This record gives sequence, structure tokens and C-alpha cells, in this order.
Amino acid sequence: MVDILIVGSGAAALTAALTAKARGASVLVLGKQEPTNSQTSMAQGGINSVLNLERDSVAKHIEDTIKSSRNLSDKAMIERMCHDAPKVIEWLESIGVPFSRCESGAIAQRQLGGAREKRACYSQDYTGLKILHTLYDNILKEDIEYLEDHYLLNLVVDDGVAKGAIVIDISTGETKQIDAKATIIATGGYGSIYHGYTTNAFGSTGDGVAAVLRAGGEISDMEFVQFHPTALKSSSILISESARGEGGYLLNTKGERFVDELLPRDVVARAIYEQISSGEEVFLDIRHLGREKLMELLPQEVHLCKLHEDIDPITQLIPIKPVAHYSMGGIDVDRSLEVRGIQGCFAVGECSNAKVHGANRLGGNSLLEIVSFGRLAGESAYHYAKNRDIPKASDTQLEKDKIHIAEIFNRSNRVNFYEKREGIGKLFYESVGIVRTETALKDALSQLRNIIEELPYIGVGDKSRLYNRNLIELLEFENTLELGEVIVLSAIGRRESRGAHYRDDFKEQRDEEFALHTLCKRVDGEITIGFERSYI
Amino acid sequence: MNISIQKFVRDKEPQRYIREYEIPDNSTLLSALQHIKAIDDPTLTFGAGCRSGICGACSVRVNGREELACSYMPKHGDHIEPLKYHGIKRDLMVDKSRAKQTLKTSTAWLHQSQKATITTKDEKLTELQSDCILCSSCYSACPVFAVNPDFLGPFALTRIYRYTADPREGDIKSSIDAIQSDGVWDCTLCGECTAVCPQGIDPKMDITMLRGTSSQYGYMDPNFGNMNFGFDPNAGF
Repeated sequence: MVDILIVGSGAAALTAALTAKARGASVLVLGKQEPTNSQTSMAQGGINSVLNLERDSVAKHIEDTIKSSRNLSDKAMIERMCHDAPKVIEWLESIGVPFSRCESGAIAQRQLGGAREKRACYSQDYTGLKILHTLYDNILKEDIEYLEDHYLLNLVVDDGVAKGAIVIDISTGETKQIDAKATIIATGGYGSIYHGYTTNAFGSTGDGVAAVLRAGGEISDMEFVQFHPTALKSSSILISESARGEGGYLLNTKGERFVDELLPRDVVARAIYEQISSGEEVFLDIRHLGREKLMELLPQEVHLCKLHEDIDPITQLIPIKPVAHYSMGGIDVDRSLEVRGIQGCFAVGECSNAKVHGANRLGGNSLLEIVSFGRLAGESAYHYAKNRDIPKASDTQLEKDKIHIAEIFNRSNRVNFYEKREGIGKLFYESVGIVRTETALKDALSQLRNIIEELPYIGVGDKSRLYNRNLIELLEFENTLELGEVIVLSAIGRRESRGAHYRDDFKEQRDEEFALHTLCKRVDGEITIGFERSYI
Repeated sequence: MNISIQKFVRDKEPQRYIREYEIPDNSTLLSALQHIKAIDDPTLTFGAGCRSGICGACSVRVNGREELACSYMPKHGDHIEPLKYHGIKRDLMVDKSRAKQTLKTSTAWLHQSQKATITTKDEKLTELQSDCILCSSCYSACPVFAVNPDFLGPFALTRIYRYTADPREGDIKSSIDAIQSDGVWDCTLCGECTAVCPQGIDPKMDITMLRGTSSQYGYMDPNFGNMNFGFDPNAGF
């Protein structure tokens, strides 16, 4: 039995692993891909930390974060994260992250949306990539065991106590149980439900969030999904916020600017969506910045426009649309990151709701969260597992999961889930997206439930047990269906507008009724939704 | 248009065969592979992730040349194969564990971290090297693996250079010691790695730099040592 099992392999998972290993715990990390494939690699802008006390202060960082959360956060957690930020940067610096520098040799910082000061430390446009790869190098250095091609099916929970996980070894198709004294879930967000309308990698299917829900734990604030204003129109590839930060304009078909481009993401995304809904096309215009500046500041963006949209942004307008980008909601955790409802199970990163982003995440705070709280999760799990004697779990869950996998192989393949996945993506974008109404939400719910009812006829065309990605993609799809229902129910229940959740039929933020977290769990198989006060 | 793909699965006969597929125009190779999997062949297996050239999961070979599927626009008649010198998991998906073992063997990390002032000039020295996404394209393109499977290879050596050139490294010697055997001197400096890198990294140049550093630490090209320049270094033994 390993002390700490870590599921997932982005920066949150790797940081937790390094922390727990340094404390002396035995650690096993596993994930469905290789560590460096993870979503962390896509984070571009930076990682927030107050470093220069002459022009900035931790108090300001805390205030900016709380303001952006729209009264839907835990002040104690935000304070903890912001105070920890300089130590996070110091640690990353000590393990070799190549941060960009000022002439003085200090770590360079840039200003991102919603921040009053230049607070985001960066490595060109590759901040996430370089943090992730440096962490990976250190995982190799510390000889931490990593199992790739291992997909999380379910948590093993006995009487509310976590005892490890059931995983499928994708290479052999074998379903197996991994026993652990403590389990950390760091499996990323659930943006992939907006398939075709998200900047997220294909694997962001909320596997860990769904596993917690099935295991009797609680998940919260699932209706809060951040939409990024500028993704390429046909491919949903992200065009970084820095394009607007450097002076890019948003134009409609008439060539008019219609919104202040530097307002918060939710406001800009809504303004673009309204234009598109009224029949306009929307473009990002960076032509006036000139070839030289564009090639120096935004070379990645220029390349992506040419490749995916067949346009040259130096001379042409970039067609864009807002798409799903970040999951603010997720596994509900306490201040030690322990999952509510499951003892000995911890969650960290985008899969968790540690209540630091609230209704609207600030750019540069997600990388900070995953490293700062990655260390916290490693510490918490270490203290939990230390000197604890956990009797090995029975194989009840393992047998259940083996039966489930066998049942999937036996299903008729009458319905093609790839088509359904596409349909759900479009349905969610249109009805559970940037602008929501009760009518559209309820319609989406009934369509979603129709597909859930069809599941017994949704099988796999690939019957091999070896490296069966078709099977894994179906399991991922099942997770998105399960979480999709929670997202819609939560969105229906929140009869107000707050940050990323905008209701056309309830346009105002209603603090007296709804400064509350939406909590969800399964009781006897049924999803129940409740509300709980926010500790702001 | 049509493309052909090399298929491979261990538990079927024949294990290896080539199949043709029809794909839509104007989509990236990765989108085309997704399209095939969704409507034509659910068994088609390939790596995929970010779609924007940063996660390194989708590298394949197109007509013999390494490409990221998400960043390549296919042409009629293209032939798609898995990377070379990697074990094949299934179809286009390869096992990178052996390739990644080179990072461990070469000890590609900071050995002894020290506080140091890093100037913008220092930073620029390794900026490009740290853009590596570990797609393994360079490993696949490197002809040395045909004769020496234990060669440390381009991406590991580039990563070693990235750490030895970092002012925070207080123990350059350990890195240099780790790359003498099957390392810097085994490279033929052919530049194939540089030609295929999607990030524009130049491992050939990094290896040349590491040879210089190796010399400073008293190492010399073993091939050079074997040449006869009129004196026998082993004379007297």
C-alpha cells in the first residue's frame, strides 16, 4: 500500500508529489497521458505574485481577487494563496523555472486583466509549459514513480474513508485497484463538455469531479464556467489575452468597436456574444500593431491564425468567438483541501473548488493556485497518511467496475457517441453558455437526459482490450454527461447573474439571496442541489 | 482527398498493415484523424491533446518526416506513420518511455541549486532550449539510434545544455560527467533534429556547446583519441 496516490499529472499533481516525497511519504502518480501532455502546458500569461513592495502589496492582490470573485469566495483561502505567492515563486526559482527577467535581473512581471499592478511573473508566452517541464524534471530527479496510460474509473471509499482508486490500465485493458492511505485528485477541469466550443484539451472531461460525485463526495459551483473572449472562430484555438493587452481591437462586421476590450473576461465575452447573436461577425484587429511588433510579441498567435484560420493577422482581420476556457467550480474542499464527504481524499487545481476564483477567475491566479495549493495538498495528505493504519479495502468497487467495463463492451453500438459529443458541445454552448435563460436551460436538461437514457445503446466500435482509446473516450463522455446534468441544474437554481453565470431572465446580482455556494451530491443515486453561505 | 495510415495492433493478425482513408479538405491532420475515428474507424489510435502545438502528444511522421498532427495540413496521398525508434503502442501512438529515460540517464535537472543573478542575457541563452515540448520528433529523426539505441539523443542533451548554461547550477560537472558515454561525442552533427523541431530548437548547436564545456572539464572526443597522430596515449602502460 502506497502512502499517497496522486491521480492526474499537471502542475498541481506534480507539485503535490514533490512536496509529499520531500516529507518522506511514498508517492505514486498516475494519469491517462504523459505528465507533459497536461493542460498546464497551455497556460500562457503568467503566475501572479507580489514581488515588488514599492509598487504593489499583497493586500491589493487579495482585494483584486476577491473583487473578481463577486462575493463568492473564501477570504481565508484567498489570503493564504496570495501571502504564499512570493514563496511559491522563490521555490519555482530554486528548482530551475526559467522566468523572464528585467534588465536589473529581477523576475519580469506583466499586467493581466483585473489586476491593478504588474503582478504576473512569466516565461515569454510559455509560462505553464516551462513550469510544468521544470516540475517534470524534478519528478525524474526525485525518482517519483509515475504510471502513464492509467485512467481513473472510481475512488475506493469505505464508510466515507478513501482507500485508493480503481483504474483501467489502458495498455492492457486491465481494471485494477490501487490501495493508498491518502488520495489526491488533480485531474483538471470539465470544459470539454463544450466540445468544439472550448480552448481546453480533449481530456478535460472532469474525470475526478465525476468520480467524487459517484463516491458520495460533494461538488460545488459547477455553473461557473469562464468563457474566454477571443478564440479562433472555426477551431476554438485560444488567442491570448495579451493580443488585447498590447492594443488589439474588437470589431463587428460594420467595422465598429463595440466594447472596451480590457474589461473583465465575462463582460467582454458577453458583448461579443450579443453581437454574434444579432447576426454580426466579430473580429480581432491587430493589424495596426505592425509586423515587427507582432512577430516579436505574439509570434505564436500569428502562426496559429495562419494554420487554423488561413488568415494572416498582420494584414487581415481575425474572426473570433468566445468559448469555454476554465472551470471555476469543482470538487468541494475544506481549507486543508480535503474533499467534503470523503475522509482522506484531497483535491487540488482546476478539478477542485478551493473558493479562490469564485464567479470569475483572474488571469495569473490559476497557475498560482496549482503550485501554492499543490504544496498544501502534498502537506495535508502527508499529515493525514502519517502513522495511520488503513485496513485494505474490499474488492467490492473493483468488481463493480469490472462489470461496468464488460457491460460497455457488450452494448450494441447503435448510437455513435462522437456525434452525441458534438451535439452536446453545441447544445451547451448555445443553452448553458454565456447567456442563459430558464427556458433554454430546461430544454437543454431534457435533451441531455434523453442522451443519458440512450446510454445502454452507446457502445464502442473498437473491441480490442489493448490501448483502446475508443473505450476511454466513451468513459470520458459518460463523465461529461454526469457533470452536465449538475451544471444545468445548478444554473437553473441560481436565479441571478454573477460573474460568468449570466441569466437573461435575472440580470442582477442578488447578494441577499445568492451570495451562496451551490453544493451538489448524490443521495440514493439522485442529484441534490443546495446552497451554502460564502465566507467572504 | 485520401491519406494512408500505417496501422498496428498487437492482438490481431496481421499486426501491421496500411489503410487508406478519405478525409475532409482544409482541416489539420489531427482534425482529420478525429474525423476518421468518429465516423469511419473507431479503432484508429493516435495521441491528441491541446490542438495548438504545445502539449507534444500528437507527433507522427508524414511521408517520412516528423510533424505535429495538430500543426500540419494534409495533402492528398500523404502517408502517415508513427515516430521511429519508439515502441509502437498502437497505430500512430508510440511508447516514449525509452526516449524519456534519456532525461533520467543524462540527469537533466539542476544538481545543486544556488542563488544567482540572472540577466536578460543569461535568460536569452536558454530561452529557446526551454521551449521544448518533448514531442520526441528529434529522437525519431536522429540517425544515430539506428546504430546506437543507447544514445542519449537530441532533446535530453538540449535539456542538459539548458541547465548547464543556467547561472543557478552550482554543479555543472555532474551534468557533464553524465553525458560522456553514449552522449555528446556520439552525435554526428547531421542536423536532422534541428530540421524537424516544431519549436525551432537547434540541438546540434547545443551539443556542440556541450562538447566545448566537456573539454573544459578535461574530457576529449574519444574518436579523436583513437586516431593515430604519431603518438600512442597508452604508451608505457
